[in-house]
Amino acid sequence: MKKFLIALLFAPLVALANTGTAHIDKWPGSVSDKAALQNGAKLFVNYCMNCHGASYMRYKNLLDLGLTEQQVKENLMFTSDKIGELMRVAARSDEQKLWFGAAPPDLTIIARARGDAGNPAGGADWLYTYLRSFYRDANRPTGWNNLVFENVGMPHILYGLQGQQVMNHETHKLELAVPGSMAPAEFDKSVSDLVGFMVWMAEPQQEFRRTLGWFVLAFLAVLFVVAYALKKEYWKDIH
Amino acid sequence: MAAGNFEKYKSDGSLAGNALEWVDARFPATSLWKGHLSEYYAPKNFNFWYFFGSLALLVLVIQIVTGIFLVMHYKPDAALNASGVPVAFASVEYIMRDVSGGWLIRYMHSTGASAFFIVVYMHMFRGLLYGSYRKPRELTWLFGVGIFLCLMGEAFFGYLLPWGQMSYWGAQVIVNLFSAIPVIGPDLSLIIRGDFVVGDATLNRFFSFHVIAFPLVLIGLVAAHVLALHETGSNNPDGVEIKANLGPNGHPVDGIPFHPYYTVKDIVGVVVFLMVFSAVMFWSPEGGGYFLETPNFYPADPLKTPPHISPVWYFTPFYSILRAVTYPLFGLDAKFWGVVAMGASVVIFAFLPWLDRSPVKSIRYRGPIYKTLLTLFVITFVLLGFLGTESPSFAFFGIIPGAPVAQFLSFFYFVFFLGMPWWSRMDKFKPVPDRVTFK
Amino acid sequence: MSNQGKMDCGRRRLVVATAAVGGVGAVAALVPFVSSLLPSERAKAAGAPVEADISKLEPGQMMTVEWRGKPVWIISRTKDMLDTLPKLADAVADPKSEKTSQQPAYAQNDTRSIKPEIMVVVGICTHLGCSPGQKFKKGAEEGMGADWLGGFLCPCHGSTFDFAGRVFKSKPAPSNLEVPPHVYLSDTRILIGEEKKGA
Repeated sequence: MKKFLIALLFAPLVALANTGTAHIDKWPGSVSDKAALQNGAKLFVNYCMNCHGASYMRYKNLLDLGLTEQQVKENLMFTSDKIGELMRVAARSDEQKLWFGAAPPDLTIIARARGDAGNPAGGADWLYTYLRSFYRDANRPTGWNNLVFENVGMPHILYGLQGQQVMNHETHKLELAVPGSMAPAEFDKSVSDLVGFMVWMAEPQQEFRRTLGWFVLAFLAVLFVVAYALKKEYWKDIH
Repeated sequence: MAAGNFEKYKSDGSLAGNALEWVDARFPATSLWKGHLSEYYAPKNFNFWYFFGSLALLVLVIQIVTGIFLVMHYKPDAALNASGVPVAFASVEYIMRDVSGGWLIRYMHSTGASAFFIVVYMHMFRGLLYGSYRKPRELTWLFGVGIFLCLMGEAFFGYLLPWGQMSYWGAQVIVNLFSAIPVIGPDLSLIIRGDFVVGDATLNRFFSFHVIAFPLVLIGLVAAHVLALHETGSNNPDGVEIKANLGPNGHPVDGIPFHPYYTVKDIVGVVVFLMVFSAVMFWSPEGGGYFLETPNFYPADPLKTPPHISPVWYFTPFYSILRAVTYPLFGLDAKFWGVVAMGASVVIFAFLPWLDRSPVKSIRYRGPIYKTLLTLFVITFVLLGFLGTESPSFAFFGIIPGAPVAQFLSFFYFVFFLGMPWWSRMDKFKPVPDRVTFK
Repeated sequence: MSNQGKMDCGRRRLVVATAAVGGVGAVAALVPFVSSLLPSERAKAAGAPVEADISKLEPGQMMTVEWRGKPVWIISRTKDMLDTLPKLADAVADPKSEKTSQQPAYAQNDTRSIKPEIMVVVGICTHLGCSPGQKFKKGAEEGMGADWLGGFLCPCHGSTFDFAGRVFKSKPAPSNLEVPPHVYLSDTRILIGEEKKGA
């Protein structure tokens, strides 16, 4: 225990080891906001699933967001009619590799994969910043680059909503050159909802897990009281 | 023998008594119960450090039971499924999502793996504190070192199974280490891998080792470990041999029957352990990124190495020692000597019974030299472990480079052991009492 | 210090209390393990209802669809085939389909179907699970007896079934062929494995 605690003391030093990347904004959302998650689901299916699969998720799981089967089938299922099916992408990964240079990764657990040691929840922050950090770059085959993920192969799918940002070479900051259909604050909220959906999708049972933990600890506390009393009773015999 | 039992364990006339008598005439049931539990006399002054043996056994059971259920759904197949994801990786997510209760079983197993090492390191530390490895308990200690080596192998093989990026590249690096052995190295690596790179062949044989071979060996070694311990009797925080002081009924005066006193005490230990275990499992199963490592949420990609590979936290002290060796010697490259150093750093524990020349077993009666050196050893082990999680170019506070620090610490690590025959004799010692104390 | 014989009251109560609380915990801990043995979401999805399009099914023809790994036969019965059914009332073991486990309530009728001309039945013999073969032609033409009116013959142990899947008397199979839950989405589309329209 001693060793573990000492090791934990050094954990913040990890942050120093990862210098040299863009500043990462904190994701402002919450996994318990069902309305936000539903909005995020809609955005995900409409924008992301053209290229990215969520092949460990089933459409049926979306019912846990408070949607009815009818709503899921009408609004969120485009390539299948069976609610139990996996949320696969229609394109083949070898073809995608040809078009984009790399097959777009499956996004089911991307929110967990993008965390780092010392901050496993950091995946949400990374995704939130990434999706808002695209800018126009004529040198890239897609015409887009990203502050957080240099020379990314993904184009700015949400540019219709955000508009087009450009890099100001003096300040090294991004500025909105062409507005999109959403104001910046509205766009940020949409991205936050989308990220929230991905955080939820990475582990749909996370809220149940945390709640169950309280019950288990409470039970063990009761068991501790009884077991400790039993121990004390027997150990009265000793010396 | 059966006739002797028949006489010893005569029934009290009840149905249960008769049944027991029938069994005892054919199987040493009551004899085992008495010898290892109700009439195994253990010292009465066991403290906090003595919980970890039974906890290690508990974690072993947890790993086996959760493992049995995981194997019902896991598939060791590196081929890509219809969605372009390796089947093995997808089967873990299948367990997490599609199997009812699967996520809990998975987290129990992943938390259990780290818990196993925490418990075992504490258990070994107890040995260092109280001289549990000293005569006549050398064999118990040696079986223990065997268990530790087996456990490291079991964890290594198991970690490949999720087939994530860290699983794949960690295995690739460690198996390649074997190629550093002169003459037989490259062929040895080929035989371990079953292929030219880590692949489906490797995955399937590691599956066999992890699920069948090593658990069987572990169970055998644990049985031997406990049998050897019970043959000599347990040590205690004072290092006093309780069998030297027998009472009128032939039992050690400082001894108490393991059952019911230590069964009842160990139950409390188990409950507290389960509280910590559950807190981690339900509220932080990723263990801050140390129990479930984030790169492992990407499926294995043989064409792309993650920017930073390190072994799982419980291997990092030894990994640090491996990396610390950077000079070639006698025409063999540093890679080989690194492997030798790493192996030696684990195996050297086996020599403790003969390296330690102190006239006294327990830290309670040893002097400042031992206390200082042991403290420094613990700090060394922890710091080496921390450095092992970082890249070789890591620097403390951005200024103090980690690599030379790791080298110095590795050097001290071996000095602690190899210098022991001398410094263990040099200390001031306090007189050891005849009877146990309750400090 | 052996406590083999008597344990004092307080001690016994604490042992019982600890055992009871511990027992509750043990049972609770079993729940995820036992439930992991139940069919997973993948199994449930694979067992999902299957839609059959009978628009191209000619009278007298049979088509097969797979549902839950089993063959489901859809037969377009001609008037001739339907006429054989009342004649076999004495030859079959369960003419009124009284064994309710073999068909849903809406198929417990003379034709064992929703629409008389369409038969939906699981093509697995109720004896030991082989799939019976078609013997649609009357008489001895296909190797059946002269008074054979048409139906199915199971090759494994010789059980025979009529055009409503009813098992003949004195055959190894104990019951009529199973009629799966099904519903008509339209005149030409049947959803097998589902009882209500519009899931």
